[in-house]
Amino acid sequence: MNALTSMMLLPLLGSLLVAVIPSDQVLRIKQAALGTTLLVAISGVMAWFKFDSANTSFQFVQIAQWIPSFGINYAVGVAGLAIVLILMSVLLAPVVVLAGWNESEGGRWSAKVFYILILVLETMMIGVFAATDVFLFYVFFEAMLIPVYFLIGGYGSGERAAAAVKFLLYSLFGGLLMLASIIGLYVISGTHGGHTFDIGQLSEMHKYMSSTTQNLLFLGFFIAFAIKAPVWPLHTWLPDAAAAATPGTSVLLLGVLDKVGTFGMIRFCLTLFPDASKTFTPVILVFAVISILYGAFLAIGARDIKRLIAYTSISHFGFITMGIFAMTTQGHSGATLYMFNHGFSTAALFLVAGWMISRRGSSTIADFGGLQRVTPVMAWSFFIAGMSSLALPGLSSFVSEFLVLVGTYTRYPVAAVIATFGIVLAALYILIPVQKALHGPTTPGNENLPDLNLREKIAIAPVIAIIVALGFYPAPLLNVINPASAHVLEVQGFTDPVPSESAGK
Amino acid sequence: MVFTAPVLNYTQLAPMLIVLAGALIGVLIEAFAPRASRHTSQLFIAVASLVAAFAALVRVRNQSSVDAAMGSVGFDGAGVLLQGTILIIALLSVFLIADQENFTALAAAVPGSSEERESLQLDLRVTEVYPLTLFAVAGMLLFPVSTDLITLFVALEMLSLPLYLMAGLSRRRRLMSQESALKYFLLGAFSSAFFLFGVAYLYGYSNSVTFAGIQASITGGSGNDVFLLLGIAFISVGLLFKVGAVPFHAWSPDVYQGAPTAITGFMAAATKVAAFGAILRIFYVAFANAEWQWKPALVLIAIVTMVFGSVVAITQRDVKRMLAYSSIAHAGFLLAGVIALSKSGLDASIFYLFAYGIATVGAFGVVTLVRDSAGEVTDLNRWSGLGKRSPLVASVFAFFLLAFAGIPLTSGFIGKFSIFSAAYETGSTAILIAGVLSSAIAAFFYIRVIVLMFFKDPVEDGTSVVIPSALTTTTIAVTSLITLILGIFPAPLINFIESSAFFIR
Repeated sequence: MNALTSMMLLPLLGSLLVAVIPSDQVLRIKQAALGTTLLVAISGVMAWFKFDSANTSFQFVQIAQWIPSFGINYAVGVAGLAIVLILMSVLLAPVVVLAGWNESEGGRWSAKVFYILILVLETMMIGVFAATDVFLFYVFFEAMLIPVYFLIGGYGSGERAAAAVKFLLYSLFGGLLMLASIIGLYVISGTHGGHTFDIGQLSEMHKYMSSTTQNLLFLGFFIAFAIKAPVWPLHTWLPDAAAAATPGTSVLLLGVLDKVGTFGMIRFCLTLFPDASKTFTPVILVFAVISILYGAFLAIGARDIKRLIAYTSISHFGFITMGIFAMTTQGHSGATLYMFNHGFSTAALFLVAGWMISRRGSSTIADFGGLQRVTPVMAWSFFIAGMSSLALPGLSSFVSEFLVLVGTYTRYPVAAVIATFGIVLAALYILIPVQKALHGPTTPGNENLPDLNLREKIAIAPVIAIIVALGFYPAPLLNVINPASAHVLEVQGFTDPVPSESAGK
Repeated sequence: MVFTAPVLNYTQLAPMLIVLAGALIGVLIEAFAPRASRHTSQLFIAVASLVAAFAALVRVRNQSSVDAAMGSVGFDGAGVLLQGTILIIALLSVFLIADQENFTALAAAVPGSSEERESLQLDLRVTEVYPLTLFAVAGMLLFPVSTDLITLFVALEMLSLPLYLMAGLSRRRRLMSQESALKYFLLGAFSSAFFLFGVAYLYGYSNSVTFAGIQASITGGSGNDVFLLLGIAFISVGLLFKVGAVPFHAWSPDVYQGAPTAITGFMAAATKVAAFGAILRIFYVAFANAEWQWKPALVLIAIVTMVFGSVVAITQRDVKRMLAYSSIAHAGFLLAGVIALSKSGLDASIFYLFAYGIATVGAFGVVTLVRDSAGEVTDLNRWSGLGKRSPLVASVFAFFLLAFAGIPLTSGFIGKFSIFSAAYETGSTAILIAGVLSSAIAAFFYIRVIVLMFFKDPVEDGTSVVIPSALTTTTIAVTSLITLILGIFPAPLINFIESSAFFIR
């Protein structure tokens, strides 16, 4: 059976298994969910090793007719970018289940519903990256909103219902704009060789479009992805959603779902509408740079630890978007690597923050203090995750941030220079909470906080290991990413600027 | 003067004749059978005649002729599909009607009179609703296959008159129910007058009342165009009234709210199928070549209908009124299929009608279940926390709402996609954009109901979900299953529609 299809079926079967376990056997349910996600992770890693990085066409391809009248297929396949993101998703899933072992308690519904939602979501996360049929992609893109909506609204804290609705409405609005563009593409394909949703065939369609049509269709896709990613000024749903959701859900939301936005920019915006992408690049770069700085400033001012992490992500997504629209191979490779690394550093931050919050019963940064002495392991984990988030050399994010900046500089020096301030601000927004929460005298009320238990240590260890390992040795990922990035740009006729001698002077 | 006996093709007319015969038997039962046995026998007759009519329809599914009844009835693939849809919806609705809790005991009694109290004490039942339903169904079956304006008018009255009566049969809030019936009747009579006026003009224009004759005159271009325009305009008023398009929608919220819920479901689903069937036929066959006379106006009406229905639905506090406005918005979406004026537009419209009709019956079926001691609870505020009281019922209703909103993996999404792409294919960009934006607005109020049901705490005011009767359960189960299956595997139905839907000329 096709590797991707089986990876998508596994969580679905797992959710059925969870569904038949009686609701009161909570431990069984959790074990089943963890077992399923581990199995999926193993098959994901196996697919990663089978993936041939030298081959830039789609691999693990499977195509079956779905709605032949409309030319819609169930078509899956992965190239370099998608396999990286799928690997990230399937590795994060068991971590999230294990780390958030008790998250389902205190929800509106039972633990059973929680894990069914998580597993169904995992199927859709894999599907959205694997789909090579635009219609199929759209189905996953929209359908995955529903489980997340219920995860936020049913198991979150604070203003969870309002946050869930805001998330859903923003995303649906973007999705519907994208639907209009998809219909546009579909109709154009009908007059040029028959109705199709195949991404390969659709990427030829830009030749038949007027520049106005191409620009409009591009915007439909881009706005949807910019909401998802999110890029300023379409970001306001994210802090609310991340603050209300459980830490595990937030990890999936920021780590995986938001990546669908940046993934879509490369896979759909650039591939389908190369000319429009060039036209809009200056505007998008401005938005990206604003996101970098604005997110950073908000993060510096944040009092709530979950919101802080959400704001840092807005800044990071600005970097990723900038790297994508710099249209250089380095920028692209950096952006792709950034997506992977951001997934893990945000996961580490959110999970440790979640443990801190559940122990202290507060998410205000000022309530913590001196955790380094009381709970050294937790504090160190948070510290390393934070350092990765500010892109400290030696940790994984550094490589990607550096690549993005270098890649952008060769074509858009001004944007790159301004974005560099984001690094300085990053030091502030990470070091301030680190100092307030981890160092200094122990704030009253924190003296007896317990340190991480064995389960939590097991959950966080692989994440930290990946952060450190990839910081020193990113080659395994870059070997896959680089040819893919070069291929994407080459197909659509972007070339790297040749460094002139005067550039260095 | 020689009288020629009319030549009728009885096999093709059989579905209508069987339903009419069932209705007449029902009238006889009302007159002669003892009261105690009426309900069972009426239900049996209704179900049996609908099933027999469907079987008769299946037998003649591959036939087509312009001459089923002396040129007044055209029998073709589209007609078979529409009639089949109406019969299926009618059968499912009869199952809901069989739950007599919602009907008045004695329709003729004055509200609040001693006669009414007496009838309630005697536990009488309005069994005349079954023959009325069958008469309406017979009219609906005739409506989309009529090929001359006189037959069309007869069918219009045949389906309308029983519906006016049925709207006034509600057990609770009888005054409101009777008011809605009167309103429906007066406005309906008014629109019938418009319709007849249009018939007269078209006769003046073409010297013919048959669709073929009108089409020939338009092609020949010899008549007076003012008469043609006036004729199309007035006939459209009469037909658009039936589907509840803006500005002819004023009756629908009141009638939807006042009528017994089972009747509302039947009316909302089946009337829409029949009326859109007639609209499709008359615009595709008779007026097709006068496209430029009516298209701009119809585009405007479609856009206004979509936007108005979606916007006004937001402010509704009553679930039945909300569904009424949602059905107005859907009428706008369906007009997109009429405007497309193409084979794909016809296919998409028929699919949409089937999917929407099924989901509507199901949704109103769920509404009948939420009650307190005084009958159905339709105030949305009192639906809050329904997910806690009865997770299954609330989930099913949420699923129908998602289908109305057009979320992927429901039939509504496939319908929306196909109808918008058909409209865009023939150049209606404005329809596509308006449709997508009003879908985004509509998503807001559908989701608000989901929030109410799942994320709000229940109010303790005696609202509860009753255990549905076996027949109601069947309806809800079948409709939700169809909605799901059409969302995931729509190909068989789409292929079937594609291969058989055509209008004979």
